[in-house]
Amino acid sequence: MRVLRPTDLPTALRWHAEHPVTPVMGGTDVLVALGSGRLRPATLLDLSLIPELRARRTDGNVVRIGAGLPYTEIAERLGDPLPGLASVARLVGSRQVRNRGTLGGSLGTAAPAADPHPMLLAAGASVELVSVRGTRRVPTERFYRSPGRTARDRDELIAAIRVPVATGPQWFVRAGIRRGMTKSICSCAIVLAGGRVSVALGGYGPVPVRATAAEEFLGAEPAGAARLDDDLVDEFGRLVAAAAEPVTDLHATAGYRRHAVAVLARRGLRAVWRRRCGEGPR
Amino acid sequence: MTIGVTVNGKLYQDECDSVSLLVLLRDHWRLLGTKNACAEGECGSCTVLLDGELVNACLVLAAQADGREVTTVEGLADGDRPNTVQQAFLDAGAVQCGFCTPGMVLAVSDLLRRTPDPTEAQARRELAGNLCRCTGYQHILDAVRLAAEREAGAR
Repeated sequence: MRVLRPTDLPTALRWHAEHPVTPVMGGTDVLVALGSGRLRPATLLDLSLIPELRARRTDGNVVRIGAGLPYTEIAERLGDPLPGLASVARLVGSRQVRNRGTLGGSLGTAAPAADPHPMLLAAGASVELVSVRGTRRVPTERFYRSPGRTARDRDELIAAIRVPVATGPQWFVRAGIRRGMTKSICSCAIVLAGGRVSVALGGYGPVPVRATAAEEFLGAEPAGAARLDDDLVDEFGRLVAAAAEPVTDLHATAGYRRHAVAVLARRGLRAVWRRRCGEGPR
Repeated sequence: MTIGVTVNGKLYQDECDSVSLLVLLRDHWRLLGTKNACAEGECGSCTVLLDGELVNACLVLAAQADGREVTTVEGLADGDRPNTVQQAFLDAGAVQCGFCTPGMVLAVSDLLRRTPDPTEAQARRELAGNLCRCTGYQHILDAVRLAAEREAGAR
């Protein structure tokens, strides 16, 4: 196995276009796949020497996060503009994994249960894809295709993730067999922005999804606003759980997932509502 | 491609850049203090510092360690004198079979560098990536407390 180590993006894109290569950044997914034999590439394209992939900057009301920025940096430096994503970044893997793992890697692998997907979907993030043919932006809603497959073409690299700056409360929780260092059985992100609730799920169905029927059910902010009606919260949970076909695997049955995600969604809606009404942290 | 890694202050070189840093440390350079258990980033027994940052050596591509500095458990003691965290592990009885200990000691050192006086909840959260299959976690948490107190006393 050969390792190519470009030091600038144009060179990386040229090599990516000319050879069948497997991109690697922090290695937290790729090295596992190499070890198990699931991945047997002839050539690895190491992206870790390309400085622009680690950059972060704010363009107006969007934070552009370089695909190679480790989760530790997202957790520690982006809590103010992106409280939801920073809270997710604090939960990813262990300290060792967060120091190496990146958003670009999670999006490249697109494992259905990976922690960042629901928040990226609910926050309306988009993925910046680059190749020798140019740059394009794909909203995360159209990025995830089938398990492990994405909208990224074979010659494209993930350059950055663009996430709108938070304008309201954001909330994420996952159900797992323990609190730290766990694979989520299902997870749920809820974002309140511009008077509308966005909600998305991970680790639940075959791909991460927005629960659009639940969003439309709430519509604009429910009337009364100060307090949420119990029936409304229950119906929201039911619609969230109906957003995708839950999967049965080693970690949980579909029935358990359907139950758990409705609980998480109800809890989350109440949490963002309390924060919106000025109780508790943002 | 020849790669060079400075491990505990000494330069090691190798021709093999497509294996993990853990394979280089243990199999090529015979530095056996760093342990190999799961080889997929779950257990933390191969924890080392890469340019001062806590990582799982099993998940670092060898080529990415080229030109960088690695600290393994062999690099912590001053000759025969254990460092504060190592001594605290001994005094608290935090070593049972010892297999997780090198990774634990590095993870605790890194935790105390960032958070000199961690709560128990913080310590548990920060050590989530290091598994002890003897389940001797309470004594390990005692060692964290002891090391934190001794380091505070020394300042």
